[in-house]
Amino acid sequence: METFAGFDAITLARIQFGFTVAFHFIFPAFSIGLASYLAVVNALWLRTRDEGWLRLFNYWLKIFAVTFAMGVVSGIVMSYQFGTNWSVFSDRAGPVIGPLMAYEVLTAFFLEAGFLGIMLFGRGRVGDGLHMTATLMVAVGTAISATWILSVNSWMHTPQGHVIGENGQFLPADWWEIIFSPSFPYRLAHALTAAYLTTAFAVGAVGAWHLLRDEHDNPGVRRMFSMAMWMAAIVAPIQIAIGDAHGLNTLEHQPAKVMAMEGHFDSHPDGAPLILFGIPDQDAKEVRYAIEIPKLSSLILKHDLYAPLAGLDTIPDDEEPPVAIVFWSFRVMVAIGFAMLAVGLWSLIARARGRLYGSPWLHRVAVLMGPSGFVAVTAGWITTEVGRQPFTVYGLMRTAESASPLAAPAVGASLIAFVCVYFAVFGAGLVYLLRLMSHAPERGERGPAGEAGPIRTAGRHAATPEGERGVHGTAPRPEEGRA
Amino acid sequence: MSLGISFDLSTAWALLLALAVWIYVVLDGFDLGIGILYPAFPEKRSRDLMMNSVAPVWDGNETWLVLGGGGLMAAFPMAYAILMPALYPPIVAMLLALVFRGVAFEFRWRTTSVIGRKAWDTAFFGGSLLAALTQGIALGAILQGIEVEGRAYAGGWWDWLTPFSVLTGVAVATGYAFLGACWLVLKLEGEDQKPFRHLARLLGLVTVGFIGAVSLATPFLEGDYWLRWFTWPSMAVAAPVPIAIAVIVLLLARSLTHHGHRDWLPFVLGLALFGLCFLGLGLSMWPHIIPPDVTIWDAAAPEKSQIFMLVGAAILLPIILGYTGYAYWVFRGKLDPEKGYH
Repeated sequence: METFAGFDAITLARIQFGFTVAFHFIFPAFSIGLASYLAVVNALWLRTRDEGWLRLFNYWLKIFAVTFAMGVVSGIVMSYQFGTNWSVFSDRAGPVIGPLMAYEVLTAFFLEAGFLGIMLFGRGRVGDGLHMTATLMVAVGTAISATWILSVNSWMHTPQGHVIGENGQFLPADWWEIIFSPSFPYRLAHALTAAYLTTAFAVGAVGAWHLLRDEHDNPGVRRMFSMAMWMAAIVAPIQIAIGDAHGLNTLEHQPAKVMAMEGHFDSHPDGAPLILFGIPDQDAKEVRYAIEIPKLSSLILKHDLYAPLAGLDTIPDDEEPPVAIVFWSFRVMVAIGFAMLAVGLWSLIARARGRLYGSPWLHRVAVLMGPSGFVAVTAGWITTEVGRQPFTVYGLMRTAESASPLAAPAVGASLIAFVCVYFAVFGAGLVYLLRLMSHAPERGERGPAGEAGPIRTAGRHAATPEGERGVHGTAPRPEEGRA
Repeated sequence: MSLGISFDLSTAWALLLALAVWIYVVLDGFDLGIGILYPAFPEKRSRDLMMNSVAPVWDGNETWLVLGGGGLMAAFPMAYAILMPALYPPIVAMLLALVFRGVAFEFRWRTTSVIGRKAWDTAFFGGSLLAALTQGIALGAILQGIEVEGRAYAGGWWDWLTPFSVLTGVAVATGYAFLGACWLVLKLEGEDQKPFRHLARLLGLVTVGFIGAVSLATPFLEGDYWLRWFTWPSMAVAAPVPIAIAVIVLLLARSLTHHGHRDWLPFVLGLALFGLCFLGLGLSMWPHIIPPDVTIWDAAAPEKSQIFMLVGAAILLPIILGYTGYAYWVFRGKLDPEKGYH
């Protein structure tokens, strides 16, 4: 078989899909949460007419715009990855998953794209009410989008509602069953909650950073930190409960994945231990240097200390997922989940003592936890996707038979191109995001509309001090900027 | 499967997808065209104006491309599965090009240095040009025929590159630049508008030349195209298209030379010109979705998939067109260079 740098076409295609989707996923994980956050903040501004909220809205709106643009362009890539690298999968599964993805475009992408321009630039043109509507539409669009694509993904994990045609295609039999496949509700809840948590920790880190930098009295900074910590305290425990339910669902439908997550090479007829750490060795079929707590895995997964749990010894070797990756990525995700819970509880204590804004160590830890959501989301995604291997449609279609009939050099060259472009472009994007975040929200903080005008330094409003413009509603609103 | 119903559904989906692709081509066409025109306007002020004229709408425009790809996978999965590997290098290049130009809309305002701004200007130009070229090349590669075996692509990974596909690539890029110039005639006025009116005239002329060249070359690609256009009775259906194109071209020439008040006219005529070219291409290819062997019925998804989506599309597309139109309406009118767009 033709290879490229020692890899065959299928391995390169898998690396390419994993790379492009992992990169893409980072942006929606942030923009789903941020869109909802912006809708809440804008609603608070309209309700209270407290300029602090508007400041906060405009501040995060600019960050949202940059994030969203990166999500859009990396998302377009995904809609073509299925065909370019996985054409056999697309042909066979297209009749089932194609319509769901088409519905995603029709119900979500257009909604987001159609109202994004108004959300970013249109307040001065359409007025507060319609602008609020547009903001809500964008937020709703991001959630609808997640719903459809997770429905597709869930069907690939727990396929049902289809028949297999003479030409090998998966043909839809019952759309309801396809859309609501067994893992879908759990996966959706887990992923959406993850997006909200990821955003909360990113927002919280920015707030904490500015609190550490002596912006104690900046109401924007205080509000963003406080809101983020409320989210952490309330949502992190909910997420852990959802994750547990999702895990039990996986045990029911994809036991091999859970065996890999747990590192259970052997079956345990009278209670399985929880392996905390160790080095899985798939060839030797054992976890070396394992540190384990007896019976705890059975307690977690079966709610019974002595419940029997089957291991990978019950699964044919050629149907086992790669254990080490799944084992480790799962631990990374869980560890971050509990760290989030700890920060949430810490913030509750600090709040109760009236020291939420005066606890430098809490702020330092919150800054450190800023990127944690992105790491957790990626680790969780690796756990579930690698855990589905060696199948694309679980149990029915193998990854090895899903790829396009492409020469390895074609896939290898495009992979190199994607890696170079993504690191250059999204690396620059990260720099711009950090630069935006490095300023605290200021008086008269302007949105993208205010500053994206071509003649930003012209003296049209020279008589009005920058910071005061538009604050009291008589002068043009700040987000009208030059308009 | 009853052939009658399948015929209707596949035809409906072929028309619907053609409509989506046409909407994509004209909408993203003009905003890609604006990027292609960048090198002709090195001044920051002009470039700001040009980019701001599409900043609120480009994302919506590009969504039609996702609908084209997603819709193709859903309604004609086999065609999607053949085309993407067959057009692998141009498709990947297009996606990467769209990454560069898409982020340039935001990054250009975020960079603080002149070098940074110029770098994103270059990304905006290069990305727009490469995306346009690769889309045109893909069109040419489809027209010239794709080698298929069973349900899969059977050719090599450079088969798409021929003089004909390069011709269609350059033709589409020129056409996009022309649409971009017409859009700026619509959005600007006075001295700002002037250079774009000149450019639109020049690019219009070149575009028409390319339309002629592609039209002349196409019938010689393969037997069916020749028969379609030059034998009776299909000629009766096909002949009005070039005649209508000639009429549009005359109207365009008039609208661009007379400095009237109808600044929207060149753009609208440009849309019509693209529409007619599209119709001509459709007449050439019909009923093939991948010439020379795969028809829309060969590639069709089962009825159940097509019906499920058709219901959604019938309800949702009018709504989408409604709010997309509204978004354009909100940002209507001339761009005021003193105020900026927004």
